[in-house]
Amino acid sequence: MNTQFWLTQAFNGISYGALLFLVGSGLSLIFGVMRIVNLSHGSYFLLGGYVALSVIWTTGSWLLAIPVAALTIAAVRVAMERVFLRPLGFDPLRQVLLTVGFAFLFQQAALDIWTGNNFDINPPDALTKSIVVGGLYLPLYRIFMIATALIIGVVLWLAMEKTRMGAAVRATVDDAQMARGVGIDTSRISMLIFALGAFLAALGGVIGGAFLGIYPGLDFEMLPIAFAVVIIGGMGSLGGAAIGALVVGLADNFGKALFPEISYFTLYAPMALILAVKPTGLFGRE
Amino acid sequence: MKSQHIKVLIVVVALAAIAIIIPNTNSFVILLTTRALAFSILVMSLDILLGYTGLPSLGQAAYLGVGAYLTAILATRYQFGLGYDFWLVVVFGILLAAALAAIFGLLAIRATGVYFLMITLALGQCAWGLAYRWNSLTGGDNGINLRARPKFGIDLANEVTFFYLVFGLFAVSLLLMYTLVRSPFGRSLAGIRERELRMKILGYNTWLHKYIAFIIAGGFGGLAGVLWAHTAGIVSPENVVLTTSVDALLMAVLGGAGTLVGGAIGAFIVFGLREYLSTLVPWWQYALGAVYVLTILYLPTGLMGIPERIRQRRAATGNREDVKKMAPVTS
Amino acid sequence: MTITLLRRLGPPLLGSVVALGLTPPANAAEELRIGYVAPTTGIFAQVGKDMVDGFQLYLDDVNSDFGGAKVKFIVEDEQAKPDTAVTRAKKLILQDKVHMLVGGLLASSGYALAPVSTADKTVYVVPVSAADDLTQRDLSKYPYMVRTGWSSSQPSHPFGQWACDQGYKKIAAIGADYAFGYEVIGGFQRAFEACGGQIIQKIWPPLGTKDFGPYIPTISQDADAIFTLMVGPMSLQFPKQLAASGNKKPVIGGGTSYDEFVLPSMGDEVIGHVSALQYSAALETPKNEAFVKKYRAKYGKVPSYYSETNYTTAQMIHEVIKNNRGNFPGAEEFVKQVAALKLDTLRGPVTIDEMRNPVQNIYIKKVEKKKMFGYDKEELWNTVIKTYPNVSQFGQFNKEEFLKTPVYSRDFPPCKFCN
Repeated sequence: MNTQFWLTQAFNGISYGALLFLVGSGLSLIFGVMRIVNLSHGSYFLLGGYVALSVIWTTGSWLLAIPVAALTIAAVRVAMERVFLRPLGFDPLRQVLLTVGFAFLFQQAALDIWTGNNFDINPPDALTKSIVVGGLYLPLYRIFMIATALIIGVVLWLAMEKTRMGAAVRATVDDAQMARGVGIDTSRISMLIFALGAFLAALGGVIGGAFLGIYPGLDFEMLPIAFAVVIIGGMGSLGGAAIGALVVGLADNFGKALFPEISYFTLYAPMALILAVKPTGLFGRE
Repeated sequence: MKSQHIKVLIVVVALAAIAIIIPNTNSFVILLTTRALAFSILVMSLDILLGYTGLPSLGQAAYLGVGAYLTAILATRYQFGLGYDFWLVVVFGILLAAALAAIFGLLAIRATGVYFLMITLALGQCAWGLAYRWNSLTGGDNGINLRARPKFGIDLANEVTFFYLVFGLFAVSLLLMYTLVRSPFGRSLAGIRERELRMKILGYNTWLHKYIAFIIAGGFGGLAGVLWAHTAGIVSPENVVLTTSVDALLMAVLGGAGTLVGGAIGAFIVFGLREYLSTLVPWWQYALGAVYVLTILYLPTGLMGIPERIRQRRAATGNREDVKKMAPVTS
Repeated sequence: MTITLLRRLGPPLLGSVVALGLTPPANAAEELRIGYVAPTTGIFAQVGKDMVDGFQLYLDDVNSDFGGAKVKFIVEDEQAKPDTAVTRAKKLILQDKVHMLVGGLLASSGYALAPVSTADKTVYVVPVSAADDLTQRDLSKYPYMVRTGWSSSQPSHPFGQWACDQGYKKIAAIGADYAFGYEVIGGFQRAFEACGGQIIQKIWPPLGTKDFGPYIPTISQDADAIFTLMVGPMSLQFPKQLAASGNKKPVIGGGTSYDEFVLPSMGDEVIGHVSALQYSAALETPKNEAFVKKYRAKYGKVPSYYSETNYTTAQMIHEVIKNNRGNFPGAEEFVKQVAALKLDTLRGPVTIDEMRNPVQNIYIKKVEKKKMFGYDKEELWNTVIKTYPNVSQFGQFNKEEFLKTPVYSRDFPPCKFCN
């Protein structure tokens, strides 16, 4: 195995990690703010992909599909939170179970609306090519994924660190009661975070759709992986989500290439170990 | 404690009813009931963790898987467990699952609440990953096919006979678990659920209590697995997948966490909806999802909690009546 | 007054009642209950739908009348879970009292349903499950089972010969890591190496892999061609990622990699890829053209092999029942008669061998973009470029010797030329 092999694998792992960052960051933020384990997060990913498909089928524009899908799912999430989760008050177990119940409903609804065929989101032709750098074939789409994740990551970081809204979010994550005491509208913050989380997941679904395909069952396939990202990186931490995504992306890639027999084990075992040692994840706060 | 005696009586009557009525229905209903009973053992074991110790586990399917795969591998590779040695397999299944729980528990018990949920999810996924990829042992995706059910004096291939066996083991499990939760150990578990800090101050080794509960739950899960393998005659990674653990959790909550029997009721309802309703209408998935959502929203204590809520509501209205009768407060 | 009325009307009334009772009913329609097991929910729901649709289309064509018997078609959902398949099968047998079980998608479902058919002495007709051993080394366990679809390695045997004929000497194989993958690639390897070729690499991404990033760079540069076996979403992603990695080698593969189930969602990256299967929707026979047009008009998509095999299965069942004048001849006799059939079907002429697996044409098909059957859009079709007639599950190999070797697995045939 030469340098080319290692470089390509590293590149692939990083690009996969970029996708996982989109999915995981939303989950991490939701947990950080609301202490809710959202088991329907995978559904948002998948639904984002499906909505994007519908947009592409009707308008033919992939570019348009991205924001439309993401915003639609964000809206759905906010509606869900308003109608169902808020009256529940704060009971983490019930919230978790409710999100699972919804995941099942979403899955069936998606099957009824879009049928169960395996779909593919086709990005514009320009992105399906590869560039050659030093003998390495680098698919442009993977570069696009990395670029998107970087941009989103930077925007989020700037928002969190430099804006008042961001400060309010950070305050809520750190200590919700104090934040309320200082006059921050935590319920509005949580609504914002919910929407953002779903937005990111759906975005991941649209972008990932060209990479993974869109088909029933993808929701529950992505879910444990998103959790791996969040758990390893630490819940509630954006930087943690980035690190976690990178770790999972690389571990998954190299694990499959080098130890194909136990490839799933190489992913979940470290997750369990990290949790055992530091239940809040590498960069998590408690 | 008269209400407790009434509850026990109701359960006994219900069990007797099942034992008498079911064998006289058609074979399909018998088979479904048998499956529900076997799975109920798993759900009840989860209830020990969830309802009595306050530990929500999303990884109980791992223990079902251990029991099931052990049974299948012994039966097909070593021709073991198809005669009187079936009972040995039962014991092995329980022990192996408990051993796995002992290992997993070391990692999991340090966490509580949501973190416990996550770590048990991760551990359950490890088990699934192994079942799925360790092709040489588990047959991977194809699963393992058990050719026949055991025969030892009685032939378990007969659906009714098998039903009685599973029913018997279910009843025994229920009895054992009931004894456990009513024992001093069980009560300290409840104490841990309510206020772990206080229990610690009182000198209880809460970690050890939780650990033991975890192992016991794992053992029962293994028993459920052994029986489960024989109900369908085939074991596959589907048995260890995340949704199976989720199912168990939802059934426990549906029936009512902390009631043991609630788990069985939840299992029966879900199986009924899934296996029976699905043969009648195509929208059964929505019905099932709606049942989950509505229960969680409006019946947090589950179906077994309904009498309690009715009583509470009556007490509340009663209070208001009393207040009205009192002399009005002059302003 | 009423009494006299009754007295007057009584006899003729009584007489007509007696007469009606004595004359046999106009249609002595015996009911043929067919229990069908397929995943209608869950991640394979669409495949299950294709399976049911194919069968149903045949029933519609003959008005649910099989030689005088009225067909009652009962579909149960197995959710692609083997134990659910067993429960549903039991329900069909015990509660609905079906005459036969048909269906099952995955190999695991096939292996789950076969013992049920033995235990309950019910016919089990297998249209899709392709696990080799069901009709090979495990056949004696399932006396009531007969397969009307294919065995996984069946198309691979002639395909290996075809690969030699193309001049390929070294091939790298990459396939889904489960039994179906082992059998398709194993069969290809046996045949290809028997005529002088070498399989120099076998890569096994787990079933359900979508990101082939870890695997594609490991494909050996020495290979003349790449053989792929992909199913479901894997079939969509692999060719795209392979093309994006700069691959210039010819790509050939198992039939499911390019079957019409996934073909409509594929792009130009698969043009020129060659695969082998007992059916292609682009088969240019009048029978198939009519089928494709009818199916597409009714269900909005080109039929996949899942649909075809069920249509043909229904046709075979019809043939047997017709030969028995609308009566079900009992489980053993039915299986015997299906096994003795010689039919001209959508996929060509089909007979059943003595191990109850079909003997049929295997088509080598190439993906091309063109217009077919009068449709006005250019689409991707699997054009048939060569036909191997009368291929059995053992292909060009001697049956006894074949059965002496173990079933195809990850390590069999061993990769002698792998480094």
